[in-house]
Amino acid sequence: MTATLEAAAPSPAGEIPSFTVTLRIRRFNPEVSEEATWEDFTVEAHGTDRILDALHKIKWDEDGSLTFRRSCAHGVCGSDAMRINGRNRLACKTLLKDVNPDKPITVEPIKGLPVVKDLVVDMEPFFASYREIMPFLITSGNEPSKERYQSPEDRAKFDDTTKCILCAACTSSCPVFWTDGQYFGPAAIVNAHRFIFDSRDEGGSQRLEILNDKEGVWRCRTTFNCTEACPRGIEVTKAIQEVKRAMITRAF
Amino acid sequence: MQTHQYDVVIVGAGGAGMRAALESSKEARTAVISKLYPTRSHTGAAQGGMAAALANVEDDNWEWHTFDTVKGGDYLVDQDAAEILAKEAIESVLDLERMGLPFNRTPEGKIDQRRFGGHTRDHGQSAVRRACYAADRTGHMILQTLYQNCVKQDVEFFNEFYVLDLITDHDLTTEEIADGEEVNATGVVAYDLATGEIHVFQAKAIIFATGGAGKIFKTTSNAHTLTGDGMALAYRRGLPLEDMEFFQFHPTGLAGLGILLSEAARGEGGILRNSEGERFMERYAPTIKDLAPRDIVARSMANEVREGRGAGPNKDYVLLDLTHLEPAHIDAKLPDITEFARTYLGIEPYTEPVPVYPTAHYAMGGVPTNIKGEVLRDGVNVVKGLYAAGEVACVSVHGSNRLGTNSLLDINVFGKRSGRAAAEYAKTASFHELPEDPTVRVVEQLDEMRNRPDGERIADIRKALQDTMDLNAQVFRTGDSLNAALADIRELQKRYRNASVQDKGKLFNTDLLEAIELGFLLDIAEVTVVAAINRKESRGGHYREDFPDRDDANYMLHTMAYRRPPEASDQAEGHVEGYFDHVEEFDGYKVVLGSKPVVQTRYEPMERKY
Repeated sequence: MTATLEAAAPSPAGEIPSFTVTLRIRRFNPEVSEEATWEDFTVEAHGTDRILDALHKIKWDEDGSLTFRRSCAHGVCGSDAMRINGRNRLACKTLLKDVNPDKPITVEPIKGLPVVKDLVVDMEPFFASYREIMPFLITSGNEPSKERYQSPEDRAKFDDTTKCILCAACTSSCPVFWTDGQYFGPAAIVNAHRFIFDSRDEGGSQRLEILNDKEGVWRCRTTFNCTEACPRGIEVTKAIQEVKRAMITRAF
Repeated sequence: MQTHQYDVVIVGAGGAGMRAALESSKEARTAVISKLYPTRSHTGAAQGGMAAALANVEDDNWEWHTFDTVKGGDYLVDQDAAEILAKEAIESVLDLERMGLPFNRTPEGKIDQRRFGGHTRDHGQSAVRRACYAADRTGHMILQTLYQNCVKQDVEFFNEFYVLDLITDHDLTTEEIADGEEVNATGVVAYDLATGEIHVFQAKAIIFATGGAGKIFKTTSNAHTLTGDGMALAYRRGLPLEDMEFFQFHPTGLAGLGILLSEAARGEGGILRNSEGERFMERYAPTIKDLAPRDIVARSMANEVREGRGAGPNKDYVLLDLTHLEPAHIDAKLPDITEFARTYLGIEPYTEPVPVYPTAHYAMGGVPTNIKGEVLRDGVNVVKGLYAAGEVACVSVHGSNRLGTNSLLDINVFGKRSGRAAAEYAKTASFHELPEDPTVRVVEQLDEMRNRPDGERIADIRKALQDTMDLNAQVFRTGDSLNAALADIRELQKRYRNASVQDKGKLFNTDLLEAIELGFLLDIAEVTVVAAINRKESRGGHYREDFPDRDDANYMLHTMAYRRPPEASDQAEGHVEGYFDHVEEFDGYKVVLGSKPVVQTRYEPMERKY
């Protein structure tokens, strides 16, 4: 036997009745047409349903060709970043009741990356930027036979930026990235931060040099879109500021 | 069609696959094929920790860890493998730290450790702090660290490629293999999701690291993509599956949703309570209470609900109480899972207990391997050049119930071992010839599904499967409930043959791939239920109400399930009259059960008390 909150069972958080909701989805299928179009779908939803549940209902009951990525369905794998009512969010972390289901909810692919089909974009340029900042621990000398020591205080300095799930919600919310695809973008800088501020790492100056490039951190205009977009609550703009400061204060 | 040739091909880019890739790519030309971007793999959803007897915070040693693993698995564990797991745990954690993994630290700067279910000091005296962790996102950190090191080592990935067939040089589904004759794995056939194109990968060595099959159930902590692909492919090609009846139900899934809340919540002091506010685990496991192994806690919770002490308006869940913990402590140690409670149920764990109920979590069984990671084609012989590691595999270090933190350990220890073994093998092996048209089965299957005119919807069949598995094959099972599940699965297999997809295109056709994945799920559910019907005893994660006791005299053996043509022999290796002799006929094939001995080294089976 299994506990479920479906059907008429009230949720433990208090009773939220079922309701109908309309999703206005940006459709694009190059096998059919070069033009993207909007299409409305109306589905029945329940209290704890998320955007992803509504997308699944459409795909599974109405139109199997609706295409999107998803995997874990609880906000840790980073597959389903999309633009929901004009804001970048994870579909599996956005409850329908929290985005005003009284009006049609718009769902579009994230911006700044080539659209492949419907809500799926080509993630390769995003991962290419990530790879460029050398996202791995760089050390010299012999490996220690036991673990490297690190104080809890030093560990705390980069805790926030270890949370990144590479969903691209931040990078694809950045107006600089929209106009200039060459810009590294917030996610790559966040992942550089994760190593620059790791006391065990010796590659900081190389990374700072890479990010000092004309397409690097100095392109950031501090609009805070990225911080707002991050589904993991990372203070992305702050991390970028810390990298900028390190560039000024650290000699490399 | 495109063809590729690599020394080593790894299927799956979760923890086991990437850990293997870090070894093999140093020695041999390696490709990793994954149906997801590597960082999307479900290793990233693991939360609590990775066990290793580092003894950083209190006395501990690998022998205690071995014992706990064997006892936790209700003595169905192969003890030689468990010993390797516990011994090599220490180096595996240190490997990850040296690769950059940001573990939580002790005040002196060492890797910090915490308590977890079933891990004890000195053979069950009290709970021990053995789990190395990074807040409640240890799996995320492992997945990221392994991917980062794959970037560093320039590992070659084929992302969003679905492997849909395994090629061997003998057809194990029909051929009798003569004594001493070799069977070789020669390649895999993959489907590129972006283009719809078929790719053939010829390889000297192949490692399956495709993860689990939690989506056979409705309520599960598993990702949508965990559809048992690797298990089903091996099984369809005539390889056995081991111990499939043992599925772990994690005690603390968010009620109704199944989203995982780590056992670390209890390791950090969280308490399970029933509707009367009682700490009921004191009755079921007086010594370690809420930190008993998962099978025991899950059953205890389900029993509380069954006896009317469930909480909530429908009395259908219990409560995980963290309200006595300091908010700062919760924020430091359990930030993600408390956010899940807030996001998905609107519950504030600082002040309110969280509704929880068991959720399908982990397949203890899988593709049988030896301790090098080589895949077995019967009780003894291997398929040359074929390896498996992680949840897809059954070594068996988890026996009938896995301890928490032992799976992140398993993927690292046996991922590394299989990666090394595969690369070593590839150095001396040569490529074997592929059949003339290696893609024929895959192309036929895809075309048939794509071209079938209007039929039933895939999602309806999948939902019916998940519903019957939750209803009939979950924490409590009986012969009747399992037979009801099997009858449903038979019917669903028939319906599946007439199902169709709506998306007929080539590009990014997830509709088509969901249909293929449903085929895997049906086969895995079927073999799981057949094995469960046969095992008329209760052990670890498999609880039969009609046979509530463990029966060592007759069932201290691994189940080996083979799919065979109807005309093949009804006896499989390890046939035991009256116990491991079940044959289940299906339309066009049959499932024949045999057995394999459990490796016992130093621990005699005892009654399992906590």
